[in-house]
Amino acid sequence: MTEFSEAFRILPRVTPETEHFWRGGAEGKLQFLRCADCGTWIHPPSPVCPNCLSRNIAVEAASGRAVVHTFTINHQPWIPTFDPPYVVAIVELPEQADLRLTTNLVGIEPDAVWIGMPVRVVFEHRNDNGYEVWLPLFEPAEPEVADDSHLVPVAVSDGREVPA
Amino acid sequence: MTAARQPVPEGRLERTTIISGVGQSAVGRRLYRDPLDLSIEAALDAIADAGLTPADIDGLATYPGNQDIPPGFSGVGVTEVQDALRLNLNWFSGGLEAPGQLGSVINAICAVATGLCNHVLCFRTVWEASAQGDKGRASVTMGGGGGGGGMYRASSFMQWTLPFAAPSAAIWIAMMAERHFHEFGTTREQLGQIALSSRRNAARNPNAIYTDPMSMDDYLSVRMISTPLCLYDCDAPADGSTAVIVSRASHADSIDHPAANVEAVGTALRGRPSWDQFDDLTTMALRDAAAMMWERTDLKPADVDIAELYDGFSFITLAWLEALGFCGHGEGGPWLEGGARIALDSGELPLNTHGGQLSAGRLHGYGFLHEACTQLWGRGGDRQVRHKGGPSGRPQTAVVGAGGGPLGGCLLLRA
Repeated sequence: MTEFSEAFRILPRVTPETEHFWRGGAEGKLQFLRCADCGTWIHPPSPVCPNCLSRNIAVEAASGRAVVHTFTINHQPWIPTFDPPYVVAIVELPEQADLRLTTNLVGIEPDAVWIGMPVRVVFEHRNDNGYEVWLPLFEPAEPEVADDSHLVPVAVSDGREVPA
Repeated sequence: MTAARQPVPEGRLERTTIISGVGQSAVGRRLYRDPLDLSIEAALDAIADAGLTPADIDGLATYPGNQDIPPGFSGVGVTEVQDALRLNLNWFSGGLEAPGQLGSVINAICAVATGLCNHVLCFRTVWEASAQGDKGRASVTMGGGGGGGGMYRASSFMQWTLPFAAPSAAIWIAMMAERHFHEFGTTREQLGQIALSSRRNAARNPNAIYTDPMSMDDYLSVRMISTPLCLYDCDAPADGSTAVIVSRASHADSIDHPAANVEAVGTALRGRPSWDQFDDLTTMALRDAAAMMWERTDLKPADVDIAELYDGFSFITLAWLEALGFCGHGEGGPWLEGGARIALDSGELPLNTHGGQLSAGRLHGYGFLHEACTQLWGRGGDRQVRHKGGPSGRPQTAVVGAGGGPLGGCLLLRA
């Protein structure tokens, strides 16, 4: 299984505008800006809602679920100690169609990744001499139950009702 | 996608301009020459080709301007070239935020069309092969600005990719290709036709870098860079400078070769300016630039004799072919099958006739414009396209597209 906790990573420069994103993982939260008026999720962070131009924007946690929109198995050594092969993916969050993150997939062999695969966030805590960030990575997840019709009891021949 | 605001069709002032001359320095791997020296070689070549002297040049444009990161990516800007040639300028522009590398040429076209200047020297210089030395592409890691003091921190748009060990467009474009493969069933064998065709064409270009024959087996068995892109899907870092002169159309009578008339340009970016948030990763911004270009001309894709389309990664060329309407969205794979359509001597659309950046070297966009003019002006030598363009014996219409991801600009040229 791919894990990167020992590999060198270039860390993001955290600013007041991005701190909710890079440090939300301290509380296990994948946080974005969201328009408090129309509900549009905003990423990367911006001081204005792109949908309704409201400036009434607040930090909100997303579900942490996502689907692999696309991915690549990288084989080229780009960064010392970050040894290939590893998976870079663009995941799309169910909250909004254009809410995507470029990330790494962990807890799965690269060859087992597929487009459309349900994943969930898992944070990798980095502490570089007191400079802390929580990188949102993603691992395989069970499919979200979007349709519970299969739980509706159905009649079987002996008269009992059981879940389908 | 948000509905686009259409350009005013009666504008089309690009038609008052021409490419009047082209020039190129020595091109190669690790020339270990000063990038300004390369730039001046190309500039003087182009100025002479346009029937001009430096005293006639009153405009200067370049991409991406002078910058040090990544290594060898430029190293020369407006300032250095202006001062070296003591140019007296009425207009100048250099910068990275443009519709791809050819955005700088389109800036020049606009400047000439609006009467700000008469003759613009446009140039693009790279020395990535020398700058990377023997470290190869592993040295290409950093981008964007750094944090203050001590350890480098990723900022600006790179903060969304660098922390995830995704520092290279190889990875970003690979994910777009993978999505295309997923949605449309595109295969490596289909994509490989671009690399094979480019290598065949490069063998007929004395200035190309890689000319050894490449078979499909070679392509399929070479090492993977980032799935589905292998080494031969990635362009080759090179040293070299390319220059073109943009002039008023009236200058065509003063040069000793045909001009390349600017028929239309495309500069649109109608989706989000992002490598991962753009609405359709299988089209990239090329979709918008190409659509805009066709909105500004009565010509159709069937009127185009040759295509010179950016191949920083082979998948970008495929996306340009689709964006420009040579085939439908998602049909690029089957369209390329077997490679006959893009063949230099017999294809319906000879493609990257000099070998592209894949085999002729990564001159970063400008090489395609140089090659389009070379073909339109009958200077192709062994690689001259002779079966398109009717009785003239040379192509009459060329399309040039450069850029990938959220960066894309294109030009339609007529001899």
